Amino acid sequence: MKTFEYTKADSPEAAVAAGGRFIAGGTNLLDLMKLQIEAPEKLVDISRLDLATIEERADGGLTIGALVPNSDLAADPRVIKRYPVLSRALLAGASGQLRNKASTGGNLLQRTRCYYFYDTAMPCNKREPGSGCAAIGGFNRILAILGTSDQCIATHPSDMAVAMRALDAVIVTLQPGGDRRRIAIHDFYRLPGDTPHIETVIQPGELITHIDLPPPPAGKQLYRKVRDRASYAFALVSIAGIVSVEDGRIASASLAFGGLGPMPWRNPAVEAALIGQAPSTAVFEAAADALLADARGHGSNDFKIPLTRRTLIACLRDLTAA
Amino acid sequence: MHFTINGEQHDANPDIRASLLDLLREHLGLTGTKKGCDHGQCGACTVLVNGRRINACLTLAVMHQDDDILTIEGLGSADNLHPLQAAFVKHDGFQCGYCTPGQICSAVGMLDEVAKGWPSHVSGSLDTIELTETEISERMSGNLCRCSAYPNIVDAISEVAGLAPAGREVASS
Repeated sequence: MKTFEYTKADSPEAAVAAGGRFIAGGTNLLDLMKLQIEAPEKLVDISRLDLATIEERADGGLTIGALVPNSDLAADPRVIKRYPVLSRALLAGASGQLRNKASTGGNLLQRTRCYYFYDTAMPCNKREPGSGCAAIGGFNRILAILGTSDQCIATHPSDMAVAMRALDAVIVTLQPGGDRRRIAIHDFYRLPGDTPHIETVIQPGELITHIDLPPPPAGKQLYRKVRDRASYAFALVSIAGIVSVEDGRIASASLAFGGLGPMPWRNPAVEAALIGQAPSTAVFEAAADALLADARGHGSNDFKIPLTRRTLIACLRDLTAA
Repeated sequence: MHFTINGEQHDANPDIRASLLDLLREHLGLTGTKKGCDHGQCGACTVLVNGRRINACLTLAVMHQDDDILTIEGLGSADNLHPLQAAFVKHDGFQCGYCTPGQICSAVGMLDEVAKGWPSHVSGSLDTIELTETEISERMSGNLCRCSAYPNIVDAISEVAGLAPAGREVASS
């Protein structure tokens, strides 16, 4: 690990004024610093800021402090009752120890677990821009089939963020100049293109302070994760689904996907294929066609295309069952 | 820097980069907490910070000067075993023993999470928790045992948690 200057912030304003990398739970950042994949010159400790509570919003939603640990968010009675898809997604990720430490804001910003991003002996455009992508043509079982570029096929690893994308979360930040910014999660992540090292629209020194959840949507919620072992593994594919059925037809649908793309994935065409239709296998197949129209395997992850199709159809059956 | 560990005050001046794990082992001689992977994947370094289980390898010592840190040395001693330590001995919950301090600290934190009503990935209902062997396995998945003593670890934790004996099938000749 490269050495760094350490300072502890006593307010969000002081944190953004300090001009360094923020550390909260540290479970991803320190892991990467040990490998010198991250080497910040200055760490600003934000772990004791007063951003660890969950508050009711006037519109019936919730405001989640960026420092709420993943465990606490998953177990919050309001989240369990109104946003079970979020509890389920959180509980499907990491281990008890990591969930106790990892923060809500940090979870959104965690970096890919692509083997080649972690292996500093190999080229990786995300780790070292311009060096190449060893995953294309390499071992890419866990990597992306949607939204990739010829520079990067990494996946975003979060489960929580997938549920938040299905829930239309809004990320609230404090900028170094003191201005606040509200960013819809749909606009928060960037596709890799030819700059895979830039993953979000967050600017240097900009601090996530809260995540707002709109009022809970109508319908059933579920989170299903398919992975290589039963616990403590990243998703091959995961689905956060929220679907309501009225008078025998799908009235609303929100579907987000993990393990498939460089960001928690959502495609309005999938939902358009469902809304207004009577639930049937043919309708579910059409939704899968819409999702996978541009899917592209890279060899060892080709299986994700049929796996995603089958998982989506199974989820839609459960979500629309009477 | 100033630390509170197992109820005792300690002063140390580790490098700013020192993990909580390295502080315990290299600076304070508390070698009960083990370094396995040093990347949060194995759980051998699990300690309790303000009552919550975390991976000591993935956090900076400097960030824990205001915390109450509990390690395996603070849970029990050779002549005064913690109930989980006694149960691990009784049920043969280890072979080499390297993961055991982390397993036990993790189990202490895990049982407290169950007492608080926290659900898990395998909970059928998110708001009514019933502790079962399946629940224990899921909740302990952050602690690897390369000797694969898992069935006995689950038995040991089950006994302390008050679960009925599993009646596990044992092959007999």
